[in-house]
Amino acid sequence: MDARRLFSGRHSVSDIHPAAIAIVVVLIAYPTFASDFFIFQIGAYSLILGTIALSLMMLAGYGGMVSLAQMTVAGLAGYLVAILGDNSVEVMGLGWPWWLFVPTAILGAALFSAFIGAIAVRTEGIYTIMITLAIAVAFFYLVRQNYVLFNGWTGFAGVEPPTLLGVYWRDPVPFYYLSLAVAGFFFLAVLYASRSTFGLGLQAIRDNPRRMRALGYNVTLHRIVAYFMSGLIAATAGVLFVWFNGRISSGSVGVGIVIDILVIAVIGGIRHPVGPFLGALAFVLLENFAIDLIDRERFNTVIGVAFLLVVLFSPDGLVGIWHRIRPRLRIGGSTRSKSGRVERVDRHAAGSLEQT
Amino acid sequence: MRQFIERHTFWAIIIAVVAALFLWLIAAVWPDWLIDAMGRKKTFVNTLLNGITLGGLYFLVASGFTLVFGLMRNVNLAHGSMYLLGAYIGYEVAEASGNWFLGLAAAFVAIGLSGMLLQVLVFRRMEGDDLRQTLVTIGISIIAADLMLAVWTGTTYQFQPPEWLFGATSLPVVSVIKASGDPVYIKYPVYRLTVLFVAVVVGIALWLFLNRTRVGMMIRAGVNDREMLSASGVNVQLVFALVFAIGAGLAGFAGVVGGTALSIAPGEDLRYLLASLIVVIVGGLGSVTGAAIGALLIGLAEQFGLAYFPTYGVVLTFLIMVVVLAVRPQGIMGER
Repeated sequence: MDARRLFSGRHSVSDIHPAAIAIVVVLIAYPTFASDFFIFQIGAYSLILGTIALSLMMLAGYGGMVSLAQMTVAGLAGYLVAILGDNSVEVMGLGWPWWLFVPTAILGAALFSAFIGAIAVRTEGIYTIMITLAIAVAFFYLVRQNYVLFNGWTGFAGVEPPTLLGVYWRDPVPFYYLSLAVAGFFFLAVLYASRSTFGLGLQAIRDNPRRMRALGYNVTLHRIVAYFMSGLIAATAGVLFVWFNGRISSGSVGVGIVIDILVIAVIGGIRHPVGPFLGALAFVLLENFAIDLIDRERFNTVIGVAFLLVVLFSPDGLVGIWHRIRPRLRIGGSTRSKSGRVERVDRHAAGSLEQT
Repeated sequence: MRQFIERHTFWAIIIAVVAALFLWLIAAVWPDWLIDAMGRKKTFVNTLLNGITLGGLYFLVASGFTLVFGLMRNVNLAHGSMYLLGAYIGYEVAEASGNWFLGLAAAFVAIGLSGMLLQVLVFRRMEGDDLRQTLVTIGISIIAADLMLAVWTGTTYQFQPPEWLFGATSLPVVSVIKASGDPVYIKYPVYRLTVLFVAVVVGIALWLFLNRTRVGMMIRAGVNDREMLSASGVNVQLVFALVFAIGAGLAGFAGVVGGTALSIAPGEDLRYLLASLIVVIVGGLGSVTGAAIGALLIGLAEQFGLAYFPTYGVVLTFLIMVVVLAVRPQGIMGER
């Protein structure tokens, strides 16, 4: 919301919403008052899932392309880390140093994402979902059947982050800060990109590809580059994901989790980059504590119903609900009227996505 | 046919050559060098037949999917769940009544009704909003998969088809000539041939229904121009509900047919959803003929992939999809 002023060069500290500062302070101070379980299993995991969902939000919200292959891109990055780096399974594990395999994994997976984009952008709208879902499922079956490269059903175990600067990065606190840094970086990057020439072009293409083509924009290239950039986000999160779990197998790129990423993004809201993180937090909390509300076995029903309710009654997700109740609560009232106008423009653009 | 040959002479020749090659491979007794190159003839013919019957099964599932999409622009990602639910319902009814055909009918009717309910209660509320409809079907498929797991657990079920569908029959295809000079004929399960037969019958019935009846005419008109059809005084909502019922019913029907050929287990919903997706992407969304061609291609690709390069089998299917999208983004029979 405040991005325009934040990055226009004319910003001042007082322009930043006090709530945003409070949230940043809470996020940074979080490990001082939370238990290890909450730091690692809830905090870091939400941030990683949120970052993967952020890559989907960027594509769907700004580009109008709902890709279900984001987890596949993240999974490929994770697999590359296990294959190029070290693992405790006797398959692959080429033992490259971390400064080589991490960029290779991220770049390789991002290129794969660009390739998915090149296939998917040949068709439009609803076809994108079908094609990316088909790619995701095909990748799942490939890693499950292939034992030479991906070690089939069992996959890889014992994938550890490197020990750097004397810190073991899989300890809850360092890992939390690592995830927070990655998530924060990409959050700001997406926010900035949405106001850049490229981001505005992408949003214009979402709203009217024919007009943009007539204006001389290379629509296909724009979209493929968008896939590449979202691939960078998903792949980086994928590297963290494999370090978080310590292992990766076909289940990590299965359809369940592929759909979960969509669920997270939609529940949170795909209009603003903060949505995926809200959705991820809600999802992880539900996943861990639904056991108290309902039989753990039926978690998928709970999450499915939540997803269905959001799709049916609040297409903008939790962020949309917040925007709807805020005027009634009169928080920030008249002083924030300027940013309110920007949001209305956003909402208008959002409406046109649903008609594509 | 003639038009096709005149317009695409090059492709017609290629198709004819490939078909002749396959016919020769089936009819001839293989010489030694061919056996060295491709393995035994029995493997080849069995794989080919498996591929064709699997294609038949895929057609049963995908034809409903493509029919619904063609008319309503509704990508029903819960189609796989309907397949699995149909299989379970058919199993329960067949077990209770002891009649396999009753199970088949029950699956068709029950899933057809549920599809109609879905159309009337859910999709009608968000007409024209493709993305939201698709998201809703994803939500439904998540819940349905979980509830089916709760009711029928993770056990694998096996149908008991009628006696005369059991066993294998000899095909008039010689695999090898024994040293004594007696030919050895290739055997193939009767049930799989029945699946193929059913698929062909359903395909012809669908074609007749769409091309030779009044309702079929309305459906075809609706595919071409929905607004104009409703302006001509046809109750479009009724046609939608009917098509959705047929499409869903076919999924349930395929559930029993496919569940008998293979087995019923959680996860099958996904397999057939993927198959339907790729079949209609390759064949062209909304075209029943396209679904038949796509199903045959994908069925063959999957079986040959499994038989000849097991660990990369999926890649073959995937490659077909990529090549088709690169050459003809709207699918083989699709129209823009």
